[in-house]
Amino acid sequence: MDIADQVLVQKAQAGDFRAFQDLVNRYEGKVYRLAMRMLRNQQDAEDALQETFLQVYRGLKNFEGRSSFSTWLFRLATNVCLMKIRHRGTEPSQLLPLEEYLPQHEEGQHPLIQDWPDLPDEILLNKESREKMMEALEKLPPEYRAVFVLRDLEGLSNAQTAEAMGISVPAVKSRLHRARLALRGLLSAYFEKKKIKDG
Amino acid sequence: MNCQEILEKLSDYIDGELDPKLCQDLEKHMVDCHPCLIFVNTFKKTLTLYKFACCEPLPKEVHLRLHDYLKKKCQE
Repeated sequence: MDIADQVLVQKAQAGDFRAFQDLVNRYEGKVYRLAMRMLRNQQDAEDALQETFLQVYRGLKNFEGRSSFSTWLFRLATNVCLMKIRHRGTEPSQLLPLEEYLPQHEEGQHPLIQDWPDLPDEILLNKESREKMMEALEKLPPEYRAVFVLRDLEGLSNAQTAEAMGISVPAVKSRLHRARLALRGLLSAYFEKKKIKDG
Repeated sequence: MNCQEILEKLSDYIDGELDPKLCQDLEKHMVDCHPCLIFVNTFKKTLTLYKFACCEPLPKEVHLRLHDYLKKKCQE
């Protein structure tokens, strides 16, 4: 466990509210970002943020430090987001068979595949592209989206992601690979067209 | 290594978890297979773009409301 986190956790467990606030200050941005990526709605993300830290406060007395504080926090935050998605009452997205996200090709032929525009990332990422990317992320089933967000965007390791999601490392790797392939596939039509349009 | 195997190993490859011998095979395949080269490049590009794109800062008012909420709820 990170020493500074550990010290703050121990103080907060002993009833020091200021230490708890310091932990909130340290992680509120990360939890909000996770919630925005999972829920794509500012109000829901804010609700998830508040609910997560209230759960942290209430759960601190039973937190034994077997995992790091941040992994435990991500676990709580991910579960809060997944619950919110379930309670929306809309049918969760399903991942299509992987072939649907791969370049189409005739038997024995090379697939038809176009490159994406050869532009610096900051130019490629205009408002429209960002919107397309967030739409694509939302099309992933929540359990796949969570693995992608934790592992690739928040930078957790496979083991930390597994702990935060309550699944095995091979399951993390499998979901991550499928999520990445699906996202590339979902975005390819947009970026390929952009290359043709922008030259 | 054929195109299908490249697809299966791609995440292990970009995460640096692929056996060095298989890495060599994969890179050798890409020299001769332009579609696979594009696929691998756009796969990597997807991850890079997401890392760049997703960085909403926490709005100040959300921070303030969170702290007010916690002060109130934690003292109940």
